[in-house]
Formats: sequence, C-alpha cells, structure tokens
Amino acid sequence: MQKSVGPPKRDEAYNFAYLDEQTKRMVRRALLKAVAVPGYQVPFGSREMPLARGWGTGGIQVTASVIGPDDTLKVIDQGADDTTNAVSIRRFFARVAGVATTEATGEASIIQTRHRIPEAPLRAGQILVYQVPQPEPLRKLEPKEAETRKMHAWGDYGLMHVRLYEDIARFGRVATTYSYPVLVNGRYVMSPSPIPKFDNPKLGMCAALQLFGAGREKRIYAIPPWTEVKSLDFDDHPFEVQTWDEPCALCGAADSYLDEVITDDKGSRMFVCSDSHYCEERRAAGHVGRLLGSETGQKLTGGAKE
Amino acid sequence: MDGTSAGLTLGRGFADPVLGAQRCFRNILAALSEPGTVHVLDEDIAAPAPLSSGAAQTLLTLSDYETPIWLGAGAEAAAGYLRFHSGAPVVADVGAARFAVLRGEAGEPPLDAFDPGDERYPDKSATVIVQCAALEGGEGLTLAGPGIKGQRRVAPAGVHDGFWDEVAANHDRYPLGVDLILVAGRSIMGLPRSTLVTRTERRR
Repeated sequence: MQKSVGPPKRDEAYNFAYLDEQTKRMVRRALLKAVAVPGYQVPFGSREMPLARGWGTGGIQVTASVIGPDDTLKVIDQGADDTTNAVSIRRFFARVAGVATTEATGEASIIQTRHRIPEAPLRAGQILVYQVPQPEPLRKLEPKEAETRKMHAWGDYGLMHVRLYEDIARFGRVATTYSYPVLVNGRYVMSPSPIPKFDNPKLGMCAALQLFGAGREKRIYAIPPWTEVKSLDFDDHPFEVQTWDEPCALCGAADSYLDEVITDDKGSRMFVCSDSHYCEERRAAGHVGRLLGSETGQKLTGGAKE
Repeated sequence: MDGTSAGLTLGRGFADPVLGAQRCFRNILAALSEPGTVHVLDEDIAAPAPLSSGAAQTLLTLSDYETPIWLGAGAEAAAGYLRFHSGAPVVADVGAARFAVLRGEAGEPPLDAFDPGDERYPDKSATVIVQCAALEGGEGLTLAGPGIKGQRRVAPAGVHDGFWDEVAANHDRYPLGVDLILVAGRSIMGLPRSTLVTRTERRR
C-alpha cells in the first residue's frame, strides 16, 4: 500500500482550501486568541461545510484556515487512517487545497484527528487539529451557556469536582473513561474532546501545537506546545489511565491504546492497536502479535496491505 | 502633473493575497504559540510610514471590516493603505481598536489603554503590534509560560522606557490583557498575555 501520496492537482473551481478569505481571517483571529489563552473557548462564526455538522466541520474549518500548499496532511478517525470519515476528509483537502496526504504520523505537518492522539510522540512544528463534538466540559452539569461562561470567568469549577467525587462515592473510582476533563495552564477546565483518558497524559508538555474546533457548537480552543495540562483528580484518588491484560494481538504492543474486536459469534475476541499506522509500523519492524499469522489476523490486516 | 499624489503611492499588498496571507498567518501562529521565537516573514512589503514590512503583512493577514485599527497620529498614508487593501476602519479611539500599531516612542498610549477583553470573553481583547528597532541586542528578558519549555531568553531593542513594566502588568491581569506581536523589519516575535516576562539580571 502506498504510504504517502504526492500533491494532487487542486480543483480551481474553489478558493484555496474551500473557505472564503474573510472566513479564514475570522477563524485565524479566533485561533490566535485561543493560543494566547490556552484552554479558553473562543466563539467563532462556524460556516456550513459540505459535510453534516457533527462529522468534523469544526476540525475541517480549523485545518482549512491553517493549511498551505506545502503542508502534508494526515487524518485519523479513532486512530485509524482508513475509516470513512478520515478518507473523505483527506480527499476533500487533496481536492480543494491540492496538498500531499500521508498515513505516516512522522511525515505529516498537520494531523486532523477524531477521538485519538497518535501513539508516536509528536514533534515541534506539527499541528494536531481535533474534531470536537461538545467543547464545554461543564455542559452536562449546567445547560445554560450564560452560566458556564460565568463559571469559567470566575474559575468556579466546584461542580466538576462534585461530579468526580460522586463517581468515587458510587463506584469507588472516577468512572469517566473519555472526554476526561483537564485543567490547562492552571486556569481553564477544558474538554480534551472524546479522546480516551489513556491519551490525556499526551496533552500536556507536548512539542506540537494542538488546536480544537467544534463546528456545530461554534467554538475554537487551543493548547500551545509545552503547556501544563492536568487531568482533574483528588489526592487520595490520583488520575489513572486504562490498562489491558494482554498486548496487541497483531503487533504485540503493550504501550498503546487497544480496541476490542469480536471475532466470531462464540464470544472470541481480540485486542488490537487503535492507532492503525503505529500498529503497521511495528509489524513492518518485525514485531509479531499472538494472532498476526492466523486467519483472524489476516482478515484484520487486510492481507493486501503492506 | 504631480505623479506622487496620495492615490498613486499606496504600495502593493501580498503578491498572492490568498497564499501570502496563509504563509504569514502560519508565521504569526508559530510566533504566538512559541513566545520569544523569531519568525521571518516571506515577503518584503514597502508600506507607507509608520508601518514596517512586518506590521503591514500582519495587518493584511488578519484585519478586515470587522477589526478597527489604531495607528496613532501622522499615519494618514498608512490608514489609506489599510483601508484600500483590507477595508479595515482606522479609528482614533484607543479602546475601540482590535489591532493597534505602536512605534516604541514615548507618549504613546500605555498597554492598559487598549481593550483587555472581559472576564467572560477574554478573546475580545486587542492585539498590539509593537514596532521595535531590533528583536535582539536590547535589554535581557526571561520568558516563561505556555509555549516555552522551561525558560527562553530574548532581548528586543528599541521600546520606550517602562514598556516591560507595562508588559508585566498586562500579564498580571491574565486571562484578560492584550497580546503583543513585536516586529522589526519583517521579523516578528509573539508575546501573548500568557507569557511571564521578567528582566534578566545582568551578569558581570
């Protein structure tokens, strides 16, 4: 399979990167303010995109305002490069911006993501763009925007701590496993988008710039590189990430986030890396998981791939 | 016939308005997300005084009819240039400006004269472009905060006396405050309100 695709021809019927220039300027101004106040949600005039809201329109508008012809774009959906959402967004930018696309995390200058942070550490100069369905971490606790605005303004996050405490009272631990709230730069509580809490430790002190776009909710926020990001917890119940009893069944990785795959109707199951490129790279480097050579493993790796 | 009447001395904008603005924006984004790093803009644009090349490109990239600009006195030619290229209104009211250009001279409005945003919407604050003599060789400063791994040392030159006290006071109001883009020629350096700026003690 081809890893990187060189720059395709841009469709001249559209302005570069689809958006008109006035929209880009508005998004760019919002992005700069978001970078200046890490974790704070900047309202912006979200536009109609050729994609339903809730399918990544916020991320697309951020990417469209940032991207240039020299960029190389990677798009992932739940860690995978080859799912519908990722493939169509990659094709969209290949067509309207004429940019090169890739599946290799290290080769990309911009990575648009839905619900995962790549396993491979990001480097300085890369930009990670998140698609965000609900930017407001307090929304399920307080439905009124006017109220949550005030809570952020005054740094009044008692309600969030009560919610986490109620989890502990009921289950003995914080039961939230994704969209786990974080405190950014010691000031704003922020939703990291529905990434698994396994990815939370990668948010802070990251070398890359992280931009978040919520199209339906019309919000943009950001984490600059080398910014302190703390997952909310209690002294006697420190933050913990998920662990698995077995490594990836295809590449044997014990340090990556695993998806459960049901393999038949008798209850058999396997765990495989959610980050498809990371898994492929490890297999190419000779790492072998429990089921790599088996029939089930063949089905998952697609045989023809590589 | 006078060939130098105001209408004929406007000066050009970006050679390619779409990609020129995109490249300039990426430099501004990198500058503000990694405060203290110097970024050299791709083009060299001769804009009317007092606009330096970097200030002109920053405003061409970010300003439009939604963003009033404050330029100070004696900037009629520059105001005409910006009105033509970006359509942005040039205003005399310091507090109404979304963008402002300071020249590093005494007697200019202090940073707290510009809109710092309000506590529910700190993004409504102004962005102030500060034209310096150079981005190095001045008083030693130590930066810390988001975008900086540990500490970063910079020494921009050619700002007026007391300016760094204003910058420190601006940071103290966080999350309110203005964001600064320091410009010398076509080099830029970002100093967002999140950056803590302290004077480096002189070593003997």
